[in-house]
Amino acid sequence: MLVSLKWLSQYVDFSNLAPAELAEKITRSGIEVDAVIDRSQGMTNVVVGHVVSKEKHPEADKLNICQVDVGEESLQQIICGAPNVDAGQKVIVARPGAHLPGGIKIKKAKLRGQESNGMICSLQELGIEGRLVPKAYAEGIYVLPEDSVPGTDALELLGLRDTVLELGLTANRSDAMSMLGVAYEVAAILGTDVKLPESTYIASNEKAADVLQLEVQDTTVNPLYAAKVIKNIKVAESPLWLQHYLMAGGIRPHNNVVDITNYILLEYGQPLHAFDYDQLGTGKIVTRPAQAGEKMTTLDDVERTLQPHNYLITNGEVAEAVAGVMGGAKSEVSDATTTVVIESAYFAGPSVRRTSKDLGLRSDSSARFEKGVDPNRVLLAAERAAGLLAELAGGEVLEGTVLVDELDKTPKRVVVSPDFINGRLGMKISLEDMIAILNRLQFGVEAANGLLIVDVPTRRGDITIEEDIVEEIARLYGYDEIPMTLPASGEQVGGLTPYQAKRRIVRNVMEGAGLYQAVTYSLTSAAAAQKFALQKEETTKLLMPMSEEHSTLRQSLLPHLIDAVSHNVARQVNDVALYEIGSVFLGKTAEELPHEEEHLALVLTGRWTDNAWQGEKKAVDFFVAKGIVEALFSKLGLTAGVSYEKAVVDGLHPGRTAHILLNGEVIGLIGQLHPAEQKKSDLKETYVVEMKLAAILTAEVEELVYKAVPRFPSITRDIALELERTTPAGEIEAIIRKAGTKLLKNVKVFDVYQGEKVAADKKSVAFSLTYFDAERTLTDEEVVAAHNKVLKALAEAGAEVR
Amino acid sequence: MEQQLNQLKEEVLKKIEEAANLKALNEVRVAYLGKKGPITDLLKGMGKLSAEERPKMGALVNAVREHVTAELEAKAANLEDQAIQAQLEQESIDVTLPGAAIKAGNRHPLTRVIEEIEDLFISMGYEIAEGPEVEKDYYNFEALNLPKDHPARDMQDTFYISEEILLRTQTSPVQARTMEAKEGAAVRIICPGKVFRRDSDDATHSHQFMQIEGLVVGENICMSDLKGTLDVLTKKMFGADREIRLRPSFFPFTEPSVEVDVSCFKCGGTGCNVCKQTGWIEILGSGMVHPNVLEMAGYDSKKVSGFAFGIGVERIAMLKYGVDDIRHFYTNDVRFLSQFERAEG
Ligand SMILES: [Zn+2]
Repeated sequence: MLVSLKWLSQYVDFSNLAPAELAEKITRSGIEVDAVIDRSQGMTNVVVGHVVSKEKHPEADKLNICQVDVGEESLQQIICGAPNVDAGQKVIVARPGAHLPGGIKIKKAKLRGQESNGMICSLQELGIEGRLVPKAYAEGIYVLPEDSVPGTDALELLGLRDTVLELGLTANRSDAMSMLGVAYEVAAILGTDVKLPESTYIASNEKAADVLQLEVQDTTVNPLYAAKVIKNIKVAESPLWLQHYLMAGGIRPHNNVVDITNYILLEYGQPLHAFDYDQLGTGKIVTRPAQAGEKMTTLDDVERTLQPHNYLITNGEVAEAVAGVMGGAKSEVSDATTTVVIESAYFAGPSVRRTSKDLGLRSDSSARFEKGVDPNRVLLAAERAAGLLAELAGGEVLEGTVLVDELDKTPKRVVVSPDFINGRLGMKISLEDMIAILNRLQFGVEAANGLLIVDVPTRRGDITIEEDIVEEIARLYGYDEIPMTLPASGEQVGGLTPYQAKRRIVRNVMEGAGLYQAVTYSLTSAAAAQKFALQKEETTKLLMPMSEEHSTLRQSLLPHLIDAVSHNVARQVNDVALYEIGSVFLGKTAEELPHEEEHLALVLTGRWTDNAWQGEKKAVDFFVAKGIVEALFSKLGLTAGVSYEKAVVDGLHPGRTAHILLNGEVIGLIGQLHPAEQKKSDLKETYVVEMKLAAILTAEVEELVYKAVPRFPSITRDIALELERTTPAGEIEAIIRKAGTKLLKNVKVFDVYQGEKVAADKKSVAFSLTYFDAERTLTDEEVVAAHNKVLKALAEAGAEVR
Repeated sequence: MEQQLNQLKEEVLKKIEEAANLKALNEVRVAYLGKKGPITDLLKGMGKLSAEERPKMGALVNAVREHVTAELEAKAANLEDQAIQAQLEQESIDVTLPGAAIKAGNRHPLTRVIEEIEDLFISMGYEIAEGPEVEKDYYNFEALNLPKDHPARDMQDTFYISEEILLRTQTSPVQARTMEAKEGAAVRIICPGKVFRRDSDDATHSHQFMQIEGLVVGENICMSDLKGTLDVLTKKMFGADREIRLRPSFFPFTEPSVEVDVSCFKCGGTGCNVCKQTGWIEILGSGMVHPNVLEMAGYDSKKVSGFAFGIGVERIAMLKYGVDDIRHFYTNDVRFLSQFERAEG
């Protein structure tokens, strides 16, 4: 909402405040002022001129040499290129030395050999948006009324010595979508009165009801319809003040009839519509739901197809307007119009909202109806229109109003106790202060039996419950006055859940291992949604995605994370280690929420250790990735239940990929990105991990109990085995652990060899076995006996000791 | 013989003097004091002497022997010292060369802000509540006093999955879910999480971002509690000198509703480009929980009340660290992420 302060000052007195001070007060008490706009924009030396003569420039077809009276003794010669400039016009002249918006400074100049002492201006050159300039002057200079006085200040005449406040209205404050609404707000803030506009006219003897019949078919959607009939209208340009109030309010002037309806729209917040009575043609208005597929052409010359939930104004035969949204082309007011029907009605918000959404048509009218106009202003606005049409368009107002009225116009009563108000605010505002504030708002208020009985004027449709009264009191009393306390401590202790605490541990482990945490998008492309997914379920897709790239919810964190690594590598950051914790979305059915599962993913590429001057350089490999995973399991106390199995996963290197199992169930994967994938993403060797975090963090863990620190020496035996190359060392380790008695406390691979010294299909793997007993020193015989069991088991399994 | 002995002594001492290292010194020892050495020879030759001369010469030989042994030991100690000195010199390093780096990653700046806020509220007795990113229309809107035809639904453009399912546009549905689950008991929660809006990604908009919602419900919870709580929060996040102010606003799920400004941490309130010359920076929205929201979740709005607030995590991070483009948070450029390595108390 754009509020001209010049206009506003007709209704409320704020003359002791500078515009910025007023804006600050309005913002602090409830309506945010987004901008304070000085319409003069620092312009100077812009005056009224009278074009005394015009002749063609001898050297240039499109230029005219004008002799202009600017209120001085001698005429000024000004060269003007506007097509509509003519002798006899009163025009806007920027004199030499004038400053115009956009940093333009006017100087004396010579144009093709002819002197030019200033510039004849268009409204655009005075900083008015092109879309607001009346169509007649949109392509040329602006022509002032004939009675304008040469040499006087044109800015004053044009209403540009004014400030406009741009209000950012929240959805509840539609009452401030009118000058009167803003006036009530300012009056409440300043504690002053509102001066309401008056409508006076002398009605003719002819009765409106004799020339116009009215029928309303649905009084739920259209509970009030009022029509005034005005004859003998002379359609013309509006007076200057009216045009400039409209432009200040963001509406383009058209002609006096349309401008008056728009003026009242801004003044009362009540949308009006003017029909050409003769073009209606039937002397009849019928409001009704549209028929399915019914067509009409709206004012913007677009043919619309309508549905039964759209509500129409018709002449009893065909549609003349879409109720509350836009009028029709057929009965539009034109220069030839002499009799108009002014519609002032109440259309239910939800209906207008739905229709305007259907048609993709938002108008100043629909914006107000959607949020609910003031029931008590509908008839006032109709009278105001009649009065202005009589005054400004020479109209003859027929007697009476053609009316269907079933609208409830009683104020809403809210009963609230002062204790409730103070309790909600944590304050001690006196009853007197509360009553004073409600009086400033011009709410009806009475105190009885310790309660406040508040009658809320219908213009404030947003106030319906006690809490609304709390807010009105608080905002006008001042939020700065509210003290600062903390909620009384309850029984709740607060803290992280075990899951949340463990998730932080996961972050610590990852970061301790040198990885940076990444955050990527949950939405991805349909193609990437299931890539690398540990579990593929139906994907969850957006109904109306903004792009294919973000159309589907992910089932793996890896695609985005790999993209992030590529982004870095493409910028010469070659060693990248990222992790992410985030949800994947496993859609089960279309009607239910997908199952959201929290995952952990890692992507590693480039060097792992880099200590260049000492010559240590180690690239990331499978075992680096696995080492991080093992460190995590160890930190979470899960090592015993974890195993790894070679796996084949789409997009990963078939020889370098494993599933991670927890208690026999696949909960993750580790692998090298398939060389083809690496190439696609411009990456060198890259390793990835993805795990079901929820499975890891909710797995049962043995309680931490101290075990005696060994007081007796341990005995170590090494075994080197010749194995098939394809035999997993993990399997052999499992055999050793199973065969070793309880004396075998640790098994560790300390060497793996494949090469010249063993057959081509073999490898040598060396294990180190540690035996000890916490209670005593082991004898040689005991160790030999235990070790022999291991050797026997290995022999049975076909593992050959070298 | 005595002369021979003296000559020998002179010769040995000279050799000791000349020995450049322990090995050479040992050769001298073996050569002169060994079983085949000249002193041993001299002792062997004592048989030829008379009985009177024998003890005298014996004493002389022993004296020479002791003297030589002492000289040898002194020289050995000296040489060892020299050897250690040489080794130390040789082992000396350039201490200005860089240390062997210990790899250290760090949290994403958004997580850092979230954890800082979580920890503050945990210390005030709050729990952390989480909820799904894909939500029912009911929890995202209807349970928050936003029925289907509510005009304020325009305020948020929503990604729908189906008529009834959507990507949550705020973390507030976690409030509704938590209240429902608490079945009338007091609530004190912080809800961090990802949210989604139909926005094109640019320097100040992101179709995905993070929010933290706070909710307290109980007897006698009032607006001054909200103000005091937010004052603690802003002082923690932006410094002890910060002040807050409340401005009336509108959210369908709170009544009264307020926007909260913090005094500018850059200029302290005199006006600068960060605060757009106003001295204040808008940081969050909040209010007293709307009675409809309480009633829908099964609370008696006459008996209990509550406050709620919602913070944009990116906004806080951008203000706190001076980040100028929201897309940095989702690009995951290591040159950006690694700037948040430093820990803060
Ligand atoms: Zn500042």
